[in-house]
Amino acid sequence: MRSFDYQKPTTIEDALSVLSGEDAMVLAGGMTLLPSMKQRLISCETLVDLSAVPGLSGIAREGDRLAIGAMTRHADVAASDLVKETIPGLAALAAHIGDQQVRHRGTIGGSISNNDPAADYPAALVALGAEVETSTRIIPAEAFFTGMFETALEPGEIVTRVLFPVPDMAGYGKFASPASRYALAGVFVAKTGDVVRAAVTGAGPCVFRAPDIEEALNGSFTPEALERITLDGTEILSDMHADRDYRMNLVVVMARKAVETALKLAG
Amino acid sequence: MKISFTLNEKAVSVDADPATLLADLLRENLNMTGTHVGCDTSQCGACVVHLNGESVKSCTLLAASVDGQEVKTVEGLAKSKDELHPMQTAFRDNHGLQCGFCTPGMLMASIDLVNKNPEPTEGEVRDWLEGNICRCTGYQNIVKSVLAGAAAMRDGN
Ligand SMILES: Cc1cc2nc3c(=O)[nH]c(=O)nc-3n(C[C@H](O)[C@H](O)[C@H](O)COP(=O)(O)OP(=O)(O)OC[C@H]3O[C@@H](n4cnc5c(N)ncnc54)[C@H](O)[C@@H]3O)c2cc1C
Ligand code: FES
Ligand code: FES
Repeated sequence: MRSFDYQKPTTIEDALSVLSGEDAMVLAGGMTLLPSMKQRLISCETLVDLSAVPGLSGIAREGDRLAIGAMTRHADVAASDLVKETIPGLAALAAHIGDQQVRHRGTIGGSISNNDPAADYPAALVALGAEVETSTRIIPAEAFFTGMFETALEPGEIVTRVLFPVPDMAGYGKFASPASRYALAGVFVAKTGDVVRAAVTGAGPCVFRAPDIEEALNGSFTPEALERITLDGTEILSDMHADRDYRMNLVVVMARKAVETALKLAG
Repeated sequence: MKISFTLNEKAVSVDADPATLLADLLRENLNMTGTHVGCDTSQCGACVVHLNGESVKSCTLLAASVDGQEVKTVEGLAKSKDELHPMQTAFRDNHGLQCGFCTPGMLMASIDLVNKNPEPTEGEVRDWLEGNICRCTGYQNIVKSVLAGAAAMRDGN
């Protein structure tokens, strides 16, 4: 790893001011950034560790929304009573990201800022219609995730919180790669009133909504409603882990699992 | 930069480059070679240590990040040369290791589990050790060891 100047600011103002300098980068849990720096895929002059900035981690209910701070770790979301009460499907998703040691370091802000095409959180944000709060503005999830490893974040802008509307019920189905534990296909479904939203990760270059699945579930929110669904395959990836047909089928199977989970969690 | 932290209940202070990983700081600067580096790509768990009581992968953690924090390694488990930690005894008694390369990480991860969940089920042990890879044992005896270690820790042995 190339060396850098390590900074650990203790206020958000200081963090933003260091980040406005040349070639400065944010460090959250480091579970993606440090491996990339070790492989010399990424380097920077200044590394800004956000772990001492107050107010960036924590989970709170705000009216009809659940607010999760950017530096909140996967393990904390998975274990939170508040998340389990309001959006249990989200707690269950967090409980299956990587392994326990990854969950002890990795954060929601780091995960969504990285926008790995196989990451789990992006599916939850898009299906739940969440908003990403940054140091300068609020961005709807669908506009935040712009492409493979790309987001709407500007240089020097940091994610501060994610705001989730609380649905009636929600669930996630994930088929994890046995080696990396990332999703080969993951589908998050959320039902609020009469509206069902479904978002798919792992299967395309970037998280996307699946209108075919949403339409079928709008008619009847049951696993059976998805029995004869076929997807439009244009966005589906094909690689050595899973070819297009297999992945397309996997998406439907994971969507069924997500609905089963949502119904079960809702009791 | 100067990095000061508590290591196995003793204060240490080391001068190191900011890009130093905790695993390297422990092994190279402090000569504490109990923490192993297997994959160096965050996959195998041989490098697991405790940071403020929680299991983390020290090959994917900057030494700079532990400044002011508490770190425990496998060297900090046994009370003395003759008195192993109950989890270590359980691994020895249940043949939970063959070559022993993965063992420091297995121990640190397992002890974190039992501290949080004193009576884990077999399924919970397997889930928790998802990020710890063993090339020798086939895991059966590791799981057996952790269950026995958990019982011994509950009994306060
Ligand atoms: C073995 C292993 C298995 C994994 N399995 C999974 C899995 O199954 N599913 C999954 O979803 N993920 C998985 N991950 C990734 C994990 O979830 C990471 O935690 C996550 O991708 C990055 O979060 P982090 O906090 O570690 O961020 P970092 O690695 O510190 O940062 C990642 C990127 O985001 C930027 N960044 C971080 N925080 C902010 C912020 N607040 N504002 C702006 N930019 C920011 C950084 O500059 C960097 O570019 C796995 C990782 C490993 C090592
Ligand atoms: S050496 Fe750290 S996970 Fe393998
Ligand atoms: S005992 Fe050899 S790797 Fe586990």
